[in-house]
Amino acid sequence: MTAAAEAPAVADLVAGLPPAPAIWCSGLRKRYGRHQAVDGISLEVQRGDVVGLLGPNGAGKTTVIKMLLGLVRPDAGEAMLLGRPAADPSARSRVGYLPELFRYQPWLNAAEVLALHVRLSGIHVPGRDQRERLALVGLADRAGDRVGGFSKGMQQRLGLAVALVAGPELVVLDEPTSALDPVGRVDVRDIVLALKAQGVAVLLNSHLIGEVERVCDRVVILDRGRVAASGTLAELLGQREVRLHLGDVSPEAEARLAATGAVERAREWFTVALPPDDDGTAVPDLVRDLVALGARVHAVEPARISLEERLLGILRAGDAASNGHGGPR
Amino acid sequence: MTSARTVVTIAALTLREAVRRRVVLALVGLTVVLLLVSGWGFSRLAAESGTSTLTSGQTRLTASIVLNLVMFGFSLIAALGTAFLAGPTLAGETESGIALAVLARPIRRSAFLAGKWLGLVVFGCGFVVLAGLAQLVVVQVTMDYWPPQPAVALVHLAAQTIVLLTLAVLLSTAISPMASGVVAVGLFGATWIAGVVGGIGASLDNDAVARVGIISRMVLPTDGLWRGAMHAFQDPSAIVEFGGPEVGGFPFLSTAPLTTAYLLWAVAWVMLAWALAANSFVRKDL
Repeated sequence: MTAAAEAPAVADLVAGLPPAPAIWCSGLRKRYGRHQAVDGISLEVQRGDVVGLLGPNGAGKTTVIKMLLGLVRPDAGEAMLLGRPAADPSARSRVGYLPELFRYQPWLNAAEVLALHVRLSGIHVPGRDQRERLALVGLADRAGDRVGGFSKGMQQRLGLAVALVAGPELVVLDEPTSALDPVGRVDVRDIVLALKAQGVAVLLNSHLIGEVERVCDRVVILDRGRVAASGTLAELLGQREVRLHLGDVSPEAEARLAATGAVERAREWFTVALPPDDDGTAVPDLVRDLVALGARVHAVEPARISLEERLLGILRAGDAASNGHGGPR
Repeated sequence: MTSARTVVTIAALTLREAVRRRVVLALVGLTVVLLLVSGWGFSRLAAESGTSTLTSGQTRLTASIVLNLVMFGFSLIAALGTAFLAGPTLAGETESGIALAVLARPIRRSAFLAGKWLGLVVFGCGFVVLAGLAQLVVVQVTMDYWPPQPAVALVHLAAQTIVLLTLAVLLSTAISPMASGVVAVGLFGATWIAGVVGGIGASLDNDAVARVGIISRMVLPTDGLWRGAMHAFQDPSAIVEFGGPEVGGFPFLSTAPLTTAYLLWAVAWVMLAWALAANSFVRKDL
């Protein structure tokens, strides 16, 4: 076969491949003086996924983000953004970023800041779309005002508009709600969910676990510069449970409870683990059978270990591991 | 985005910053004051020479000295302006976090730095050339004196500004915004003083002292370029009028034009300092 005939075949092959992950990195390391800030982190964010980055202060979350975006030079490791090496600036042409330390030129107005970022991104975005981005973050009325007069919350909203303005395929949000009021937080949550609906990948670093739990498909937990745990919320949080407040529980009823899953009892409260393959029928079936067996059902509460509890558990296990006991990884 | 477009965008942004932060307004104000004061001074000198207390040679000498003195004032304003603008615009943006969102765009850091540098060059050179030209017009109107090589002189002044702002850019990639401005202006002043000391050494035939000036002009070419500018501003007869080559110790007259080798060294110095600045900035963790 000639080289000319081979070329289209290779192109077809490449075109048939699934798109490269939005973020892929392997073995990232960074040391500041004597402090190992990031110690061999590998992670992946698929296109259209919303991934939460969690961990205590100093876990290395912001350093990882900065290494992915070429703002900090890794000591070791590789990173790719949207299929291109992260060290190549063109890899960031479809990436939006809201830094943890959000500051924008105070001598420009909000519309000018957006226009500057559009120009630097090298992507054509009509003025109307730029104004829409400002409206999306609630700054439509302040487009002509100097950024120097903005409150911190307004600057963070502007930063969000900057991150979204140039048609990104990947958005990296580092503590996007740290300066926002409760309404602003809900706005950010809605924006992230809208991005997800549009197939835009999002890497969200946040201390607000509830925020992460509501919007993220997957979570990566960092501790002391390493990945302490990662997975989907279902994988991390494990199986669901149901809590029942019961009276007149006969031995038969107890046997029925045990048949569903592991049971823990605290007086009249029973916590029953649900089967992993539960299709939503286990709880109504159980309640029906308990009533049939003469038990009095006062309350039925679905329960699931919270992400916060799981996070604390992982971090405490990490503490124990660092003391030489070994721990989950 | 292509690097050239990035450079132009960032240069335009830097100029807009200078305008919006009222740096331009402050410089225009200072310049107008200096022009008015020097205009008054020159007109008084013209009045003196009109009453025949000064010969025509003395008039040209006086005009040359005072012109050089006023131009030194402009070069000092340009030095202060660019050095204190370079700090905030580069080190300040890195420190405050403004650079984070900008440098996360698909642009090369070297292109960003080149844009900042170019903006400062346009700003600094624009200032010294326009203010210098205005001053030459003032001298022409009041004393009927026009320097022998005005274009060469203004190019030397602009080159001096470029050297200093390149130094300020280099410093601001490594140290805090305030420190970079202070160190750049401090070195500018120290080199000027070393140049005067070297001139005194030369006029006294003391090689060791004369070497102070030579070495300082090599380490930082601001003073060398300033002497080249003075030589092109002053009347050729001024040196003879003042007392011959022993004038070396006098800070506002220059005995000789710059050599091509020195000008090439100044160009090489700027390129070297820029390369060091780029190397430092590209490696910087933000």
